[in-house]
This record gives sequence, C-alpha cells and structure tokens, in this order.
Amino acid sequence: MAQTSQFCTFYLDKLLFGVELKGVQEVIRSLDMTKVPLAPSVVSGLINLRGQIVTAVDLRRRLELKPRAAGLRAMNVVVRSEDGAISLLVDEIGDVVEVDEGTFEPSPETLRGSVRTMILGVHKLENQLLHVLDIEKACQMSDVGAVAGD
Amino acid sequence: MSDSDIVQDFLVESSENLDRLDRDLVGLEKNPRDKEALAGVFRTIHTIKGTCGFLGFSKLEKVAHVGENLLTRLRDGQLALNPELTTALLGMVDAVRQMLKEIQASGQDGEEDYPELRETLTRLLTPDTAELARDKDMDQAVGAVSAATETQPPDAERFKVVSEDATLSPIGNPVPVKVSKKKAKTIAVVGEMEESARNGELPAATGPSKAEGMVLPAGGPQVLETKQRDPAPETIRVGVNLLDKLMTLVGELVLARNQLLQLANTVENPGLQAVSQRMNLIATELQEEVMKTRMQPIGNIWGQFPRTVRDVALGCGKQVNIEMEGKETEIDKTIIEAIKDPLTHLVRNSVDHGIELPQDRVKAGKHPAGRLILRAFHEGGQVNIEISDDGGGLNKDRIRDKAMERGLITAEQAGRMSEREVFNLIFLPGFSTAAKVTNVSGRGVGMDVVKTNVEKIGGVVDVHSKAGQGTTIRVKIPLTLAIIPALVVTCGGDRYAIPQVSLLELVRLEPEHARTAIEMVHGAPVYRLRGRLLPLVYLDRELQLADDSAAEWRQHSAVNIVVLQADGRQFGLVVDRINDTEEIVVKPLRKQLKTVKTFAGSSIMGDGKVALILDVLGLAQRASVVTETRDKALVEKVAESAADAGKQTFLLFAGLGDSRMAIPLSALARLEEFPVSQVEMSGTQWVTQYRGQILPLIRLSLIMQERRNKLRGLQELPAADGGPIQVLVLHHEKQRFGLVVERILDIVEDMADVQSPPTRPAVIYSVVIGNRVTELLDIAAILQISGTKTGPSNANGSSTATGSALKSAGGGN
Repeated sequence: MAQTSQFCTFYLDKLLFGVELKGVQEVIRSLDMTKVPLAPSVVSGLINLRGQIVTAVDLRRRLELKPRAAGLRAMNVVVRSEDGAISLLVDEIGDVVEVDEGTFEPSPETLRGSVRTMILGVHKLENQLLHVLDIEKACQMSDVGAVAGD
Repeated sequence: MSDSDIVQDFLVESSENLDRLDRDLVGLEKNPRDKEALAGVFRTIHTIKGTCGFLGFSKLEKVAHVGENLLTRLRDGQLALNPELTTALLGMVDAVRQMLKEIQASGQDGEEDYPELRETLTRLLTPDTAELARDKDMDQAVGAVSAATETQPPDAERFKVVSEDATLSPIGNPVPVKVSKKKAKTIAVVGEMEESARNGELPAATGPSKAEGMVLPAGGPQVLETKQRDPAPETIRVGVNLLDKLMTLVGELVLARNQLLQLANTVENPGLQAVSQRMNLIATELQEEVMKTRMQPIGNIWGQFPRTVRDVALGCGKQVNIEMEGKETEIDKTIIEAIKDPLTHLVRNSVDHGIELPQDRVKAGKHPAGRLILRAFHEGGQVNIEISDDGGGLNKDRIRDKAMERGLITAEQAGRMSEREVFNLIFLPGFSTAAKVTNVSGRGVGMDVVKTNVEKIGGVVDVHSKAGQGTTIRVKIPLTLAIIPALVVTCGGDRYAIPQVSLLELVRLEPEHARTAIEMVHGAPVYRLRGRLLPLVYLDRELQLADDSAAEWRQHSAVNIVVLQADGRQFGLVVDRINDTEEIVVKPLRKQLKTVKTFAGSSIMGDGKVALILDVLGLAQRASVVTETRDKALVEKVAESAADAGKQTFLLFAGLGDSRMAIPLSALARLEEFPVSQVEMSGTQWVTQYRGQILPLIRLSLIMQERRNKLRGLQELPAADGGPIQVLVLHHEKQRFGLVVERILDIVEDMADVQSPPTRPAVIYSVVIGNRVTELLDIAAILQISGTKTGPSNANGSSTATGSALKSAGGGN
C-alpha cells in the first residue's frame, strides 16, 4: 500500500488548503489581537497564546487572495515553524484528512510566482483539490516588502 | 545514553576545558614552573584525545596526540615553555576548537587535518641540544630528588636530582645550575619525598640550598605558591533551555500576580487582600531568585582576554600585562552574550592603539610592559565595566584633525568642542586614527559598532583620557533585559510600553493651555520645556495610526508628552494617554517583525493582552530626531552650559496653607499615588507596601506642625473614605521613604540664587522660584524629626529611579 499522510485542512476564500498534521500545534477560535503598526501587511497582529506571544499571519493576504469579508471572524491554526509558533488566520476549519501519496501532483506551471513557492502542490480528492501549503515558506516574511499604510 | 548524547557531553565538556586551556597556557608562559597548571593542561588534552579516539574522530585525535606528546615533554621537564611553544600549543587549542565546532555542526571532525600544525608541534618536540641542556638544568633547579627516585611513586619522578657540585646561582638568574644527571649524587632528604608531590616541592627544593648555604634561584617563590584548586562546588548542570523556560513561567506568574492585585483592589475582602499581598511578595522574591540563576560572572567572558591580549600584543610587538578586578560581578546571560564582542573589541583596541611600543614607553619613563586593567562593579542597579590602559592616551588634536579630514565635523565646530566632545568623536562611524591599518583594528569600523551594540542593550559608553597617562573606556549596562520597568501609554486604542531607561519626565498640557504651548518651527511642532525647545513626535503619526478624526479630537483634549532621550538627544513623544508604570516581561519579536525597527519587543499586560515595547532609538530615527551627531554635540554643550550656570531642578508642591515647598529633583525617586486602603500602621509609623518592600510614610503636615499636635496626629489613620494620597518617594543615603504631601504642583528649573535663611526646622532656606517664595526642604532633617527608620533601597529599585521618571500626579488617568 502506498504511503499516506495526514493533513489538517482549512478554507480560504472557498479553496481547500492543508498543512501537514504533525506541524500543527493547535486550532483555536479567534483571540484578542494586538496590531503591529508598520509591520508587513500580512502580519495581522500578535496574540497571547497562554503566555506565549505568537505572530498571526493573515493567510489570505499572504496567498494574495481577496481580503476577508468584514464580520467574518478568522480561526487560528497554530503551526510550529523554525522560528517558534505562528498562527495562520484562516476562514474556516475543515476535517483532518488522510491522503494517499498517489493522489499528489505538483502545481501547474501556470501558477503565479510568489504563491507558487508556498504551494507545494495539490492532492486530488474526490470532489475538490487540496492545496498543500509549505509552512516554512508561508511564515517567511523576507520576500514581503509591503508595509501597512505605505 | 545514546551516541549523540555522549558526543554532546564531550563537546560541552571539551569546550569548557579549552577555555581554561587558553588561560592556563598564557599563565604558564609567565610562570613556567606552575606544575599544577601544566598537569591540568596535560590532563585536558589527554582526556580529549582519549575520548575522541573512543568516539572515532581520528583527525582530532591525531592533532591532540602530537599536542599531548609535546605536553608530556613539558610536564616531564624535558622542555621548558617558551613563546614559540606556547604559540604552537595555542594553535593546537584553536585547531581542536575548530574541529569541535565541525563536530557540533556536522557530526564529523572535518576535512582539515592540520599537517603544518602537527609538523610544527613534532619539530618542537626535539629542540637543539643546547636548548635541551638548558631546559633540563632549569628543571633540575626546581626540585631535588634522591637517587632512589625509581622506588618512589611516579609523581615524585618530576623532582630531579641536584648534584653536590651544583653551583646555584643567585636570585635573578633564570638559568641556575649546570648539572648532568648521571653524575648526580643525592643530597635530598628521602623521607620528604614520600609526602605528596605538592608538599614535596618545598622541602626538596630547599634541601640543596641549605646544604650550599645559598638562596633559591629565581622561580623558587613561584613554585612555593601552593596552588590549590577549589574543591568542586556543589552545583549541578542545568540546561539553558530549562532556565529560559523557568524565566518565562516566572514572567507569567508576575503577570498573573499583577492581574490578581488589580482584582484584589476592586474587591472588598480582607482575606483576598492578605493573600494577594503575600502572593505579591513571594512572586517578587521568586522572580529575583530565578533572575539570579541566569546571572553569570563577567569573568566567564574575561577568561579569554589574556589570550586575546597576548596574541594582539605579540602581533604588534608590544608587552602588555592584563589585570582584572571584579571578575565575579554578575550579569544576565543575555547581556553577557551581547557585550562579549564589544568588550573584545575594546580590549584589542587598547592593546593595539592605546599601549605604546616598549621603546616608546621606556622613552616616556614608563615600564616597558603596558598595563591593561579590566574592572567591573555594580553601581546603582547597573553594571560598570572599565577598560583602562596606561598608554599614550587619546590625542585630542589628531582626533580633531582626523574628524575634520573625514568631513565629520567642520573646522568651526572643532574649535568649539570641549575635550570630552572630541574624545567622543571616536565613536562616530567611519572614524579611525590608527596611523596604519593593522589586522586588528584601524579599519574605521569598530568603535561606532561598539557604541551601537552597547546602546542596543540599554547601555552607554564613555571615554576618559589623559595625554601620556592612558585611556579609560567605561561601559555601563543594565543588569538584565528580561524584566524591565516600563511606562505604559495608550495610542490609537492600543497600549505601548516605553522602557524607563529612556524616560526623562512626563508633561501634561491642559486643553486650554495646549493650543498655545505647542508652537511650530516651520511645521515641526515643538514645546518650550523650561526654556528649551523640545521637538515633539506624535506617536500616532509615526505609527501611521492617525486619521483625520484623531487630529480633530486632539484639538480639544489635554496633551500628554513623554520626554524621552535617545542617543543623547531629547524629544517629546505625544501619546493619547499615560497609563502607569509596570514591570514588564520582555519577549523578543519573531523574525517576521524584526524588520520593524520601531519596536524592541512585546510583552503581555495584566489583562492578558499583548503590548508592543517601543524602541526609543528606532522611533527617534524614524522620526528623524536623531539625525547627525553634530546636533548632539551641540545639545550636550547647551546642557553642560546650563548645568554650569548653577541651575537646579526642583519639584514644587503645596505645603501647609498656601505655602509652597520644594525638594531638589535629584532626591526624588518617583511620584506615587496610594489608595488610603493600602496605608497600614506599624507601631506609630504609617507604612505602605511598595515594590516588595515596606515604605515608611512621613506626613509633611506632621513635620511642620507643633509638637503637641504631632503626638495626636501620629495615631491618626487617614480617613478611609479619602481619596488617594500623594507620595514623593525619596532617596536619602541609601534609604527610601515616602513623603505624603497635599498636592504636587510642578517641576521647575531655576537658579537658586535669591536665598533667605530658614524660618522653621527641616527647611534649608527659602528661595524664590517662579516668582513665589518657596521653602526648600532638608531631607535629612525631615528624617531626623520624624524619627523614621527607613528601609534600605534595593538595587532594583534604584534602577527605576535613575530615569527620575515621574508619574504626573493624577495625570492622564
């Protein structure tokens, strides 16, 4: 039998994304957030996760999707990155899915530049595509020059 | 235990040992007879060699092996340590250290197998015969041994024979005896040889000299020093991670305590009050103790300096002796790491630039060997580190010329500069006066980096120099960075913390006053602070939080100005609200936010929300307050001249009736407001709990009242329904106490020139301040009159006082 892996899935603008389950620390509802002026726009703010200060990254902005509709409260997917815990803000949490290696296919060449580095590829599920997100790349801010308000 | 664990242990142990090796080897060079140290060096290398053989690091083993061979000869006295040998051995230590790094990184001991080093070490094994003979003789002079050596325990073999035809030389001659071992007949006392090796040295060595009726040759006294290594102290090794975690948890506890205290103040429950106060004390103490676990003696980084100094001095043909005072001074681990490089640079600089060549020194009538003194001590909640040399001192004219040549200052500025200002030019970027660029220093990067790095951790660098007598560079740094006192302000609905080290004072302008008080210099807002223009920076604008409504709103509200200092420059930061001062736990920002220079970190507030800590220097740079250093020099000049004119700063407050009283601002630690419920009676003394201590409170009204009223007044508790009491927390000769006053008026700077003698006790003199007659209080007399026994002010407390940060009375809340 081919190798399988488990993904924690979530939705962003109706697209299904997944990060490897073993990289996920926890999933929590929205928390009080402190905004960070002058920070890259993808940084939504800082949250207090039981005494640990965690940077919240707005995945919609990071993946260059359109902003979340006003009134829609984001969920936090807290992942472990090289630099400690990072919270990814997503629209909605999906199931944990177990996928077969065989269903994986790399992203098509037509996928645009900066997003391409973050999406490793897709798993072809029965009725939709599961975008596999590279946690480290998604948490890296070095290539994001935009500063809020500028 | 897995293999990797063994390797890890090996690495940790070896790197500690290597640091000691550096010290020991340099020490040995000065004092080659120190058998104990030599044996220690040998043991270390032997252990490394043995362990890496076992772990399969063959290249490392090879290098350690040749080193060990050489050390064997040294230990057995077949060779004497000389600079060449020391250099080779230090080279080996470096090679071993390099390979250990490789092992740490890759698990392998690297590609390099150091053929040249090994060749050098091997070559040094067999010195030419003349040298060998001399070395042997030297060794023989050290100790004497009976012919029966073979029957003695192996340790005793180190003591060689002195023959009866030995001619001992007088003191001062390092090559005392010419003997051949074979001819030797024993004169040493055999019985004494049975004592331990260390004890044996003394009687055995004196034996022959008594017989010859002569004094021991030079080197003898050093041998006599019994070097007893301290027995292993009762310590255990604890991972740094664990300590960091403990620190984080204590930080959490401190936050929880803050929340609890806030809650307890709102609930009328004596039981809860008592518990929360106890909790407060325990948490404070725990915090202090945990902080101590992270403290390390500064000696840990100084340990490598003898080696650094030796290498640099040898490289530029100088002789330098290094002296250290206050090695045991403790600093937080993170700070130790942060100052290591700046200090190393300063030390190298002192040797390279500060101390002159031996011939120049002799010409100047000094000892050919220069002195480099490192001194560390605690003072006022800060750590002072001084690096002094007795070299030529800074050349004022050369610095000035160089700075003009580099275009850092204009000729006109140069003419106006004081000596101290000129010296401080060396901290400018792109400045170097070294006549030639050596591989050590003189590339024009360095002192400015030192300054930036020290300032980054909230420290300051200062330089003093006297031509021909030397230079002293003083670095002042805070004890810890993990928990700092900070002022919490609100701006744009979010809270920000401002480290109190940068804080000078708070100014509140009432709405009706604000519109006229803030003036514009071609669009740049300024405020006249005691006659000097203070540039204003609006925090909401700098952080791009402002919108038009905010500007509208500002028109009709009071203005809160936080006067800050960055890089020697003052500026006023305008914020929406000033909340309070708090001890905050600093948490670093993640790398995603490292690019935002305006923030130094983040912290969790009492209510569990996150607040950002402002980086005052970064903010000042962003707001272009700190632009060019020439401005700063001018500001300093102004400040100095103001100080020269005898101006003093006073805190004004309302006395009895309509009278006005003042104390010098320098005596003031803080202004506080305490709710009456926090005031307790201890005997006949009012006290309150303040920062983990008991603060005696003295009522100004009692001091000034007549005696009979006073006795009654003492018993009187403040009315429970009264508002908060205003307290000036004062310092007096390491004591602190609270002076309860009716109302705090203002801070003024004035010349205390119009004086009249006092009219009542506890007043030094009356003076006219701001057109009103004001009585200047005598703090010592107040203490005496009230008969208060005050508690000592602790080091932590005084660190918060240095900024003389003032919580404006009732302001902003």
